Amino acid sequence: MTTPLQLEVRRPAGEFDVVMTLDVPSALEYVGPAVELIARHAPASLSARRVRFNLRTALAEALANAIAYGNRHDTSRVVRVRVEADWQGVRIHVRDDGAGFDPAAVPDPTLPQNLEREVGRGLFVLRHLVDHVAFNAAGNEICLTLRAG
Amino acid sequence: MSFSLQKDKRGVMVVGVDGQLIVGNRQELKQKVLDSLDSGARKFVIDFTKTGYIDSSGLGVLVSLSKKIREQGGDLRLAGLNEDLQTLFELTKLDTLFAIAKTPEEALGAF
Repeated sequence: MTTPLQLEVRRPAGEFDVVMTLDVPSALEYVGPAVELIARHAPASLSARRVRFNLRTALAEALANAIAYGNRHDTSRVVRVRVEADWQGVRIHVRDDGAGFDPAAVPDPTLPQNLEREVGRGLFVLRHLVDHVAFNAAGNEICLTLRAG
Repeated sequence: MSFSLQKDKRGVMVVGVDGQLIVGNRQELKQKVLDSLDSGARKFVIDFTKTGYIDSSGLGVLVSLSKKIREQGGDLRLAGLNEDLQTLFELTKLDTLFAIAKTPEEALGAF
């Protein structure tokens, strides 16, 4: 990892208490450090346990998908992360430059025929760890919502 | 984050996962276990006592290693999952694929 990650933290007057932005180079070795950087700045409205496990795991999944399937490991591209936090919880937007995908077309990894597959659990895991998952129309941005608590 | 490998007195390889097992470091774990398999080890315990989180890539590498170890006539057991990690294995139904013990000692005793 050669490019340092730079998290920008702002406290805008308006809708959110804190807005953080982070550009992550499209290489998988940045996933862990990017997750730690954001988790360290997680809002106090989330419990330590939800930050330790739910936020970290879900964000790692979203970043890995954006790097591998969205930007296809193209290091000239970045994955853009925007975190909006307030007393109600946190919303994390992860956006890549890819063509997007159809989330409904992802097979269920818990079916017996898929259980021994090495890949294909990311979206399933992510959906179970956050309170809400939404995609933009193009399918290249995911928004994860973790409510306070 | 790091991985430690130790052979217990009965020859079981105990692999500790410190921090996280995710897309950025799973290959390192895979290589360490495969090297050990190539060197003749057949019984493995992966100890998650000090693990914070595991992503789907980490789960995938465990599935892959389990298959490779079984193909060589060996056995892989997991141990030390906290409540969140146990839930992760249950919701992905991987708890049906792995032998999971509460502690590394319990896993070692089951060989």
